[in-house]
Amino acid sequence: MGSTNSAQVVYRRPEAFTDTPTHYCPGCTHGIAHRLVAEVIDEMGLREKTIGVAPVGCAVFAYNYFDLDFVEAAHGRAPAMATGIKRVLPDRTVFTYQGDGDLASIGMAEIMHCAARGENITVIFINNAIYGMTGGQMAPTSLPNQKTTSSPLGRDVEQTGYPLHMAEAIATLDGAGYVVRRSLHDPKNIRQAKKAIRLAFEAQQRNLGFSMVELLSTCPTNWGMTPQAALKWVEEHMIPVYPLDDFKVTPALAGLRLQAPREG
Amino acid sequence: MPRELLKGNIAMAEAAVRAGLQAYFGYPITPQTELLEWMSQRMPELGRAFLQAESEVAAINMVYGAACTGARVMTSSSSPGVSLMMEGLSYIAGTELPVVLIDVMRGGPGLGNIAPSQGDYNQIVHGGGHGDYHSIVLAPASVQEAIDLTVLSFDLAEKYRSIVVVIADGNIGQMMEPAELPPMQPVKETYPDWAVRGAEGRERRVLSSIYLNPDEEEAANIRMFERWQQIQANEVRYKEYYMDDAEIVIVGFGTAGRISLSAVRAARAAGIRVGLLRPVTLSPFPTAQVREAASRARALLVVEMNTGQMLRDVQLAAAGLAPVEFYGRLGGVTPFPDEILAEIQRLAKGSFSAGDDPRNAWLQRLRAAVN
Repeated sequence: MGSTNSAQVVYRRPEAFTDTPTHYCPGCTHGIAHRLVAEVIDEMGLREKTIGVAPVGCAVFAYNYFDLDFVEAAHGRAPAMATGIKRVLPDRTVFTYQGDGDLASIGMAEIMHCAARGENITVIFINNAIYGMTGGQMAPTSLPNQKTTSSPLGRDVEQTGYPLHMAEAIATLDGAGYVVRRSLHDPKNIRQAKKAIRLAFEAQQRNLGFSMVELLSTCPTNWGMTPQAALKWVEEHMIPVYPLDDFKVTPALAGLRLQAPREG
Repeated sequence: MPRELLKGNIAMAEAAVRAGLQAYFGYPITPQTELLEWMSQRMPELGRAFLQAESEVAAINMVYGAACTGARVMTSSSSPGVSLMMEGLSYIAGTELPVVLIDVMRGGPGLGNIAPSQGDYNQIVHGGGHGDYHSIVLAPASVQEAIDLTVLSFDLAEKYRSIVVVIADGNIGQMMEPAELPPMQPVKETYPDWAVRGAEGRERRVLSSIYLNPDEEEAANIRMFERWQQIQANEVRYKEYYMDDAEIVIVGFGTAGRISLSAVRAARAAGIRVGLLRPVTLSPFPTAQVREAASRARALLVVEMNTGQMLRDVQLAAAGLAPVEFYGRLGGVTPFPDEILAEIQRLAKGSFSAGDDPRNAWLQRLRAAVN
């Protein structure tokens, strides 16, 4: 800042971010996911017409970090709340940001029906295969044999079923316009994730139906790993179970040429 | 506006539309489904938001979202569906948002039946959702009153940033009576300064019910409670019939109050000095009026279509100034005026229930009567 030489700014805090240190754990990928959303909102000039819906989960205070209008939903209910907002304010950009317990467990009905109706909202789905905020219990997305505080001997698929593939499931719904899975475990994948988030918000802008980006994420604290080991665990253990792919891309979105990012 | 023959559910729906309703989210459940169906046609006709949600859980959360934008929004349901809404109502209360709910009560608990009852009194008046909050609760006894109270509910909701529940039993929802609808009000054009609508040209706003710091939560609870005290001071509503010289006072709301009025008239014709105090706001409860009645009467008789839920509030308000008797029908059964007339005659003869809980004697009489 305030440099007098000819240094070029290659990165700055997104304007859609507040200047607030986050409460997330070291090595948690929430910070990255938040930043990607904020950058997209900046690029698309959406700050003044966006309303975010915060979940119950580690991101319950997401609204502390975004300089946007925000509301707080009950656990799992964000897609319904977003529907209520979008139906009365159809020209605003409405997005939810949800974890795997919020979206795939208690919120299963709300997310499926929101997508089935083709609500023009965008969902950022943070899949870290565990319940973070409450201290590391099993999630519907936990892997077979994964040890958690409520599956201390490892997830027994006979008793508790198999991991839920939300991107795949939602992509079967006609109302879904853009449903993809990306990962945040390394810079290349983070760049892919950002492109996907941008396309998801573009889908909303163009009323192309429900959009969701599932982001494979880390939880070093509750996985009991170092941040680096956690990133590796995503690559080696989660991606085989949760393949990175485009599961639904409505034709109108497929050939989209995006304008260059606005200069900040 | 001319009077028309209107079904209660439809009348309430159209009254809300004419009061400037901007969004309705609901789910089918008997005996209020006609309200949803009316909205499904009427709201899109007027370019307003309508959606049949996938459940009452989803419906109340859609209401929550729309309410955050400052829009006039409502939902309706019946007892089992209202139970599903309790989480959402608590969140709405904690976020201090105006919301209107119409509860058309049916027999319960559990799946119960689709016949009329007043079994949700406790759930609606004394919370139901977790935490410290109070809703304003309005109890109509006719289709006209249901119209008038539905219109009023939106104004009260916005005045106090409160939940307002119009609590009707299945009779009110299903009956057809001549009534007058109000003229169409325009939809609002300005929004309150707390509304979340996109931060255009201003600082961001956040609406939430979380106060992680107990001191801040306490301050929020105090603020809400002080507003409740204002509501108690300003918004009590009730109707009185034949009260001037009443020695026996019936206290009943909604259909139970209305049927009691028939019994009161018959008793008066036979020379019994009986009157009716019919609370219109169940919350705030007309405590002062009940106490006043108890100070002048020989006995109070609470008539309800439940096992004595408002009874407790009447006993509290009566403060021992007069014996409080009880008559109730349950499970979706609606009492006839002659049942209540028989109760009035029993009390007029000076025959009171012994013991602390008037329901013991009531239950004995009821069992004898239904067998």
